[in-house]
Amino acid sequence: MGAGEFGNRERAVKRVAAEPETEGETTLSSEATTENKTLLGADELIINMGPQHPSTHGVLRVKLKLDGERVIGSECIIGYLHRGVEKIGENRTYQQFAPYVDRMDYVAAVSNGLGYCEAIEKLLVVEAPPRARVIRTILTELQRIASHLLWLGTHALDIGALTPLFYCMREREEILKIFEKYCGARLTTHAFRIGGLQYEAYDTLEKDVERFCKDFESRVAEYETLLTQNRIWIGRTKGVGILTAEDAIAFGVTGPVLRASGVKWDLRKAAPYAAYDQYKFEIPVGTTGDTYDRYLVRMEEMRQSRLICLQAIENIPAGPILAKVGKVLKPPPGEVYHAIEAPKGELGYYVVSDGTVQPYRVRIRPPSFINLQAFDRMVRGHLVADVVAIIGTIDIVLGEVDR
Amino acid sequence: MEDRKQAIVTVERGRLAEIALHLRDDEKFDMLSDLTAVDWPKREKRFDVVLNLYSFTKNERLRVKAWAADGEEVPSLVGVWPVANWLEREAFDMFGIVFAGHPGLTRILLPEEWQGYPLRKDYDILQQDTAWVRENLGIESGQ
Amino acid sequence: MQAVIQATMEFLKLYWAPLLCGLVIVAVLPLVVGYIVLVERKLMADMQARLGPMRVGPHGLLQPIADAVKLLIKEDIIPDNADKLVFWLAPVLSVGAALLSIAGLAIGPAFQIAKDINIGILFVVGVSAMGIFGIVLGGWASNSHYSLMGSLRSSAQLVSYETAAGMALVSGLLLTGTLNIKAIVEAQSKEGIWFVMLAPVAFFIYLVASIAETNRAPFDLPEAESELVAGYMTEFSGFRWSLYFLAEYTNMIVVSSVATTLFLGGWLRPFADVHLFNFLDYVPPLLMIGVAGYCLSRTPKQPSGVQQIFMLAVASLCFVVALVLVAPVVLPIAKPFYAGIHGGFWFIFKVSAYIYFFMWLRFTIPRYRFDQLMRLGWQFLIPLSIVNVLVVGVALIVSSYFNLHGWAMLLVTTPAAIIALVVALMILAAGQESQAGKENAAASDFYAG
Repeated sequence: MGAGEFGNRERAVKRVAAEPETEGETTLSSEATTENKTLLGADELIINMGPQHPSTHGVLRVKLKLDGERVIGSECIIGYLHRGVEKIGENRTYQQFAPYVDRMDYVAAVSNGLGYCEAIEKLLVVEAPPRARVIRTILTELQRIASHLLWLGTHALDIGALTPLFYCMREREEILKIFEKYCGARLTTHAFRIGGLQYEAYDTLEKDVERFCKDFESRVAEYETLLTQNRIWIGRTKGVGILTAEDAIAFGVTGPVLRASGVKWDLRKAAPYAAYDQYKFEIPVGTTGDTYDRYLVRMEEMRQSRLICLQAIENIPAGPILAKVGKVLKPPPGEVYHAIEAPKGELGYYVVSDGTVQPYRVRIRPPSFINLQAFDRMVRGHLVADVVAIIGTIDIVLGEVDR
Repeated sequence: MEDRKQAIVTVERGRLAEIALHLRDDEKFDMLSDLTAVDWPKREKRFDVVLNLYSFTKNERLRVKAWAADGEEVPSLVGVWPVANWLEREAFDMFGIVFAGHPGLTRILLPEEWQGYPLRKDYDILQQDTAWVRENLGIESGQ
Repeated sequence: MQAVIQATMEFLKLYWAPLLCGLVIVAVLPLVVGYIVLVERKLMADMQARLGPMRVGPHGLLQPIADAVKLLIKEDIIPDNADKLVFWLAPVLSVGAALLSIAGLAIGPAFQIAKDINIGILFVVGVSAMGIFGIVLGGWASNSHYSLMGSLRSSAQLVSYETAAGMALVSGLLLTGTLNIKAIVEAQSKEGIWFVMLAPVAFFIYLVASIAETNRAPFDLPEAESELVAGYMTEFSGFRWSLYFLAEYTNMIVVSSVATTLFLGGWLRPFADVHLFNFLDYVPPLLMIGVAGYCLSRTPKQPSGVQQIFMLAVASLCFVVALVLVAPVVLPIAKPFYAGIHGGFWFIFKVSAYIYFFMWLRFTIPRYRFDQLMRLGWQFLIPLSIVNVLVVGVALIVSSYFNLHGWAMLLVTTPAAIIALVVALMILAAGQESQAGKENAAASDFYAG
């Protein structure tokens, strides 16, 4: 009781800090491992944001090295959701593997499917017919909007704004309804097939998409009113988690995070796939690479996706939806690397074929995994309360990080 | 070499680091998109370490391959492209390829004490490190 | 022995009324707080395009009872190395302080437990500040590092904003010259103008400070779920947690009542002494009749017979309240009760509006980070409140020199408010600049607040 207990507590805390961390020490940068005393001579504190945490967006474990309230080092421990998807890929036929890729970035399953189907089509040297490509584009852009909406809702919730989540879910509900009408599933859609599409666009697809896009403009404006000029939002996000352009490129960061750091690069423009070369859209670029810029970039991307959808539904070409690929797919031996611009970044598929019905190697280049590596760079020097904001702003999905 | 209109270059394992530096600085391949490996067990040098590079200025992709035998060390590219840190850890985790000069080569996706390298072709699809599972999860594998 | 009994009887004869009122409040307040929580959840749901609790009772109206029962029958978990005495004491302190401060409030001219104490407002504010002990001890007794951090942050926040709130109250009190609650309201009645018009900046400061005082959003970092530290309430479960919860909402009621008393005219009707606006006396009963009518109109739409009966019950309750409200206005025999009944209604109405604003703010804006919160308190609100006291004082001197009263005082207080606002903007601008330049601040100790 009393003073004695407080002394115990202090000693207990010091004991935790002085203990050598066997797994983590080696990967933290050198300046943190050699010194155990901080600026004020106090011991460092290592805090664990465990795999179960409301704000780590999945099973992510983050070890933070703190000096008082400031983070001086961090380490992400992943692998809690590792399911061996790449190994499974070697034991399934090409078509059998397609539903597995949805489960990686389960928030944006349609994009995953698009990347995989296009990679295998490259391997087979076939092209999906124009009608299939346009419908793929529409669905993928809707999925991009849905993914960004989920990101916005959860990110705002982490920072403390309780309401945008529900408004975003309301919009996302409309998109998921369209998906359900199209292919029967809302989340893990398996919407595309190798060579094109399996399902013909249902009769009211164009009308539904048009109605959604018409409403969406005002909704995005609604989110902007709630957050963009809000002093508290700006205070929580401006200057937080800055990633310079050089750092971004060095860390292989792609997607909205890279664009917010100032690098104008989007695979939809740099290496167009599906039907993106037919549509006019802008690529939003940020200036400072802080959380606020990433927020603005993603908001603008939602608007641009809406524009792409509107352009696409005006002119869906008639024709077949599936190229002639045959039931049994046996690509000639070789390899291909195909990358698309998924909502999270560059999603790449490196597929090696040995001439049999099963791929020899399926390698998935996960944008969230690689973007998460930059977390340590982004979080140094910030307060503990910013850690949650920074994890949210990278927009990770653990299914993709761990595969 | 070209395969389906994508450029591939095979290099010697020992010179990988200097070639990487040359590619980054002189040929302007400033982004390492992906670093992975492929296992060809029937070959003498069974592992294919594959790098996918991208150049912003030239908008070009290049694939670089280096062959390594089981037990041979591959020079680490963390000094050239910091993104290689986790990518090499994953290659080590899945294949057992040791990258010399890596600041902290430990398993990343699997638990630290896991035995075995799953993505090798001799690791069966249903195989697990049963000792680890029994010890840490308290169940028998395969359930 | 005889003397003791006799002394007790004397005591009871004198103080039976306050004792009874106190017992009633302690018994009724948890229920009231439960329904405030239900209102908050329904409001939150409405602002988030959903429905809120709908299952327990018609339209979720029995939800608080279900929650109360659940909390009471929950297992009481005490952490292993927790300090048992302090663990028991901490929530009791919080709740005790909150409930005790209600004793000083005057809900109508007739209803006040601690009647006519000279130091009315000081008593209320001071006793409710004792709740901070409950928070600190709660974090301490949990024997968890995170809880301790959370409770220290929370107490630092409360202490900082206490100063700003106090100075804001001082600006208001300058206009009355007394701390006595009844006298404050009577002063507003005498002047014929609510003090919010005369000292708007003080009201604004008190509004912000009271949000921070009660740990409500946007100042709820110490108890937010998505932060690293889950707050001082983490280790308390079941009944102990409900005591903390009760303390928080009671504090909300207390700060709203203080603000209402000092700034919003207490139990006065808008334009209380102006006969022209006497029709406003009919607003309360009409309001209740409106609610009753709405319930009646929704009755046929209810899905089941039980729910229809419930709606009818609610409608008739509202109708009875409307009758009670209209009686003092229309019937001569009920006239003496006018002040009590209508005063009570208007007071509760204003407190509800204030609490509605709290809730509205919670659902709309994100949370402040702790250092931003402290910066706001120390570098913005406290200087502003001190400046405000100065300008209000000067305005009062000028107004008494020219013998201005009532609405005429606006002539001097409005320029004073504008000066205070200009100063506020200057402080804000200076704050922005220093923020931009201060990138590499050394690690600071935020517990030294």
